[in-house]
Amino acid sequence: MSYISKPKVSHPKSKINSIGLKRRDYEGVVSTLCAGCGHDSITAALIQAVFEMGIEPHRLAKISGIGCSSKTPAYFVSESHGFNSVHGRMPSVATGANAANRDLTYIGVSGDGDSLSIGMGQFTHVIRRNLNMTYIIENNGVYGLTKGQYSASADVGSRKKKGPANMQKPIDPVSMGIALGSTYVARGFSGDKDQLVPLIKGAIAHKGFGLLDIISPCVTFNDNPESTKSYSHVRKSQNEVVDTDFVPPAEEILTQYKEGEAMPVSLHDGSKIVFRKVDKNYDPTSRAAAYSYLRESQAKHEIITGLLYIDKETDDMHETIDSSSQPLSEVPYNELNPGKTELAKIMKRFR
Amino acid sequence: MKTQKISKRSKRINDFVIKIATVNGTGSASANGLLLKALFRMGIPVVGKNYFPSNIQGLPTWYEIRVTGDGHNSASNEIDIVIAMNAQTYKKDLMSVQPGGYLIYDSTWPRSKLLDRTDISVIGIPFSKLCIENFEGIRSRILMKNIAYVGALAAFIKIDISIIKSLLNETFAKKKHLATSNLEAIMLGHDYVKENLTHPLPLTVKKLNKTKNHVIIDGNTAAGLGCVYAGATVGAWYPLTPSTSVMDSYQAFCSQYRKNKDGKNNFCIIQAEDELAAIGMVLGATWNGARAFTPTSGPGISLMSEFIGFAYYSELPAVLFNIQRTGPSTGMPTRTQQCDLLLCAYASHGDTKHPMLFPANPEDCFHMTLAAFDLADELQTPVFLMSDLDVGMNDWMCKDLEWDNNYKPKRGKVLSADQLEKIEKFYRYYDSDGDGIPYRSLPGVHPKGSFFTRGSGHNKYGGYTEDGHEYQEVVDRLKVKWNTARKMMPKPKIKYSKKNDIAIIAFGSSHGAAQEAIINLKKNGIDVNYCQIKAFPFQNSIEKFINKHKRVYVVEQNRDAQMRSLIMLDLELDADKLLSILHYNGNPIYANVISDELMKSEIKF
Repeated sequence: MSYISKPKVSHPKSKINSIGLKRRDYEGVVSTLCAGCGHDSITAALIQAVFEMGIEPHRLAKISGIGCSSKTPAYFVSESHGFNSVHGRMPSVATGANAANRDLTYIGVSGDGDSLSIGMGQFTHVIRRNLNMTYIIENNGVYGLTKGQYSASADVGSRKKKGPANMQKPIDPVSMGIALGSTYVARGFSGDKDQLVPLIKGAIAHKGFGLLDIISPCVTFNDNPESTKSYSHVRKSQNEVVDTDFVPPAEEILTQYKEGEAMPVSLHDGSKIVFRKVDKNYDPTSRAAAYSYLRESQAKHEIITGLLYIDKETDDMHETIDSSSQPLSEVPYNELNPGKTELAKIMKRFR
Repeated sequence: MKTQKISKRSKRINDFVIKIATVNGTGSASANGLLLKALFRMGIPVVGKNYFPSNIQGLPTWYEIRVTGDGHNSASNEIDIVIAMNAQTYKKDLMSVQPGGYLIYDSTWPRSKLLDRTDISVIGIPFSKLCIENFEGIRSRILMKNIAYVGALAAFIKIDISIIKSLLNETFAKKKHLATSNLEAIMLGHDYVKENLTHPLPLTVKKLNKTKNHVIIDGNTAAGLGCVYAGATVGAWYPLTPSTSVMDSYQAFCSQYRKNKDGKNNFCIIQAEDELAAIGMVLGATWNGARAFTPTSGPGISLMSEFIGFAYYSELPAVLFNIQRTGPSTGMPTRTQQCDLLLCAYASHGDTKHPMLFPANPEDCFHMTLAAFDLADELQTPVFLMSDLDVGMNDWMCKDLEWDNNYKPKRGKVLSADQLEKIEKFYRYYDSDGDGIPYRSLPGVHPKGSFFTRGSGHNKYGGYTEDGHEYQEVVDRLKVKWNTARKMMPKPKIKYSKKNDIAIIAFGSSHGAAQEAIINLKKNGIDVNYCQIKAFPFQNSIEKFINKHKRVYVVEQNRDAQMRSLIMLDLELDADKLLSILHYNGNPIYANVISDELMKSEIKF
């Protein structure tokens, strides 16, 4: 139903962002996903985040693979550039796009089916490259578009609407992200927008790979009480270990935090992420601690959410390869071509 | 002075073939390169062919040098001199010498009496003994043994030692001691022949002036250099024999020529996790406006096929180098074939077809790389440079690569910010010019340029569709684009005379052998016309050429006559007059294959 256009009229008093655009300017075409789909809530959070950050729509690249989640780039920021690629291959497209133009904002949207099966190789290697991008996994434990088969993130014993329970062990993108050295790892829940918006903003502002695993119930195939990816189960099991605020570059931190509980972390663009540790034992800057906490909570069948790990030190791909600060696609041809005289010199080596 | 039995045969100058049998990983590659270059510097045209195993150390390897004063451009199967340095393959090497030829072997150890031939001259030189006496250490003795034969051969066929000396000094300019020790080994071999054996052989070389303004280069080096000159900034790849050296070359030239004033790199090379990712990276980069490429071989194309179809349908440029090797499956990774024509022409599911270019030598690899980037940008589609292991990895003598400073990359229909500002609304897939090629915008350039790139059904404006009519409009327009492409492809090279009613068609690495075959055939009283195909889709002139003949022999290096099939499919021609000459054992094709097969076939008519 994406051919139905939305009215572009907005309330005269609606908020205007730093570049003079309204929230409505960041919307996309009408979603064709099922009513109540978690993915639509994530889309709404994405719109909120990029609107509030004042990102120029045409400087935003939205890249996806194949699946329900991968359809969503059509549903936000119509005036940006979308690239709906092939199954599991969004990371490679994002890598090439970023290699050619390091100045755009890259948001990759994937799902558990797209990233954790065919896309596993690309998912792990884009983490290794520490590509400067936001990588969202809209995680619902099932394949929606092919009508409800279990995906690789389905928990043991979890039962979808129809058929037997899943008995294979799940792949957890957050554990993988931390194990592989992703430099920003967060988990959110599509039903908790207040938590989600700052997590998305932080991932966009973070210079490096920002992984967001977002539990996003599939209302059609996997939202029954026996499913561990259902609204009811996530609400019951969610344990927010770190509450995160995102503070844009120009703003000061106004909220008062109790000493020892709040931890502001500056990002490269001058913005700040402020962690408020709900659990005093949690340290989101220690990879080892984050990993062991994660394993313990998994054993307790808890779903921990929040910004779980951040590393600001590791170089991103462009720093590693020492590429020019000017986007490669914009370097003039005369600076790329060694010319006639040099070719004549080169020929001498081959005599 | 010892004398050896030298067969009484007529003297030949600058026209014979030397084959050197060694063990890989023992330094023979540099010795063979030295020999080839020395002959080249004497002004004599040469052809070098390397037959190497899919292995790093310990397996048999052969190098053939054809000394060809007439300047032929292909291998020959008539071996005159064999240098047998590998005991493992001695019997086979002995058998490969043509009657009246010479076999030189390491006589340090005795050779079985059973292994003998009376129709050739067998010459023993104690290479190992000489090196054991003069060098310390096992590794150095092995390496030096393999350089010593250069000296022996120099004495036998009269290669100018001063040229060898200057080559050594250039190669080891920074490691003088290596130049000294290598020369010492060469002189051991050289002096042994001078002091103990009848020399020179009746086969000798003599200075000519036929290599001026020429170079000895391999196709992959030339292709990598072509990428630098084309202005490519993103290269993504996964290592795969025999394509790897394309990226090695690009990397080496970039590290010299692509540093900006801050010392930063104006290029980005990404070693991908696999070919599936490599092509995805190329498409991400070209989507964003960079010129990007990936070198690979048949197995890589198989993996990339899904994305190739995506690029065809979403109309993204890409340059793919297919350095073809022997298939199917893993096949013989270090042997050559022209076996991926059908794979690449129609790669991916659904109705897809893709332009291909066929370089016949390294000079073509350089210039066709430029053409491939221009065509990919202008046509907004993946373009394949169909090289092969023979062109890509062997040393070819070809004309100096020359550059025209007036060259400007043809980037095709890409709208600038100013152009976008002026138009009312931008539709990515709208064919406003009627040539089947729509206008592109690049991300980040202008708010009006936004569009959605997808491999799913889309209408002529770029919107998602599941409507049959809207879908068909776009795929029909892609067919219009295909016909535009046909006119833009490099033209075939045709040699035609009304007198002849039979013809040969060849392409790529078969071209050199075909040209020599035509000379052979003329000597046997058969005149043929010739067409060298340079690109797919085929120009109409190829159809006209075929129609003018009674019989056309299509020469190609694969079992199933893929080029012949492609001609029939693309030009909608009947099978009747198209005959095949096929060579597919993995070794480079040589002229006799073509002339013998053609003569055999012509008897029937």
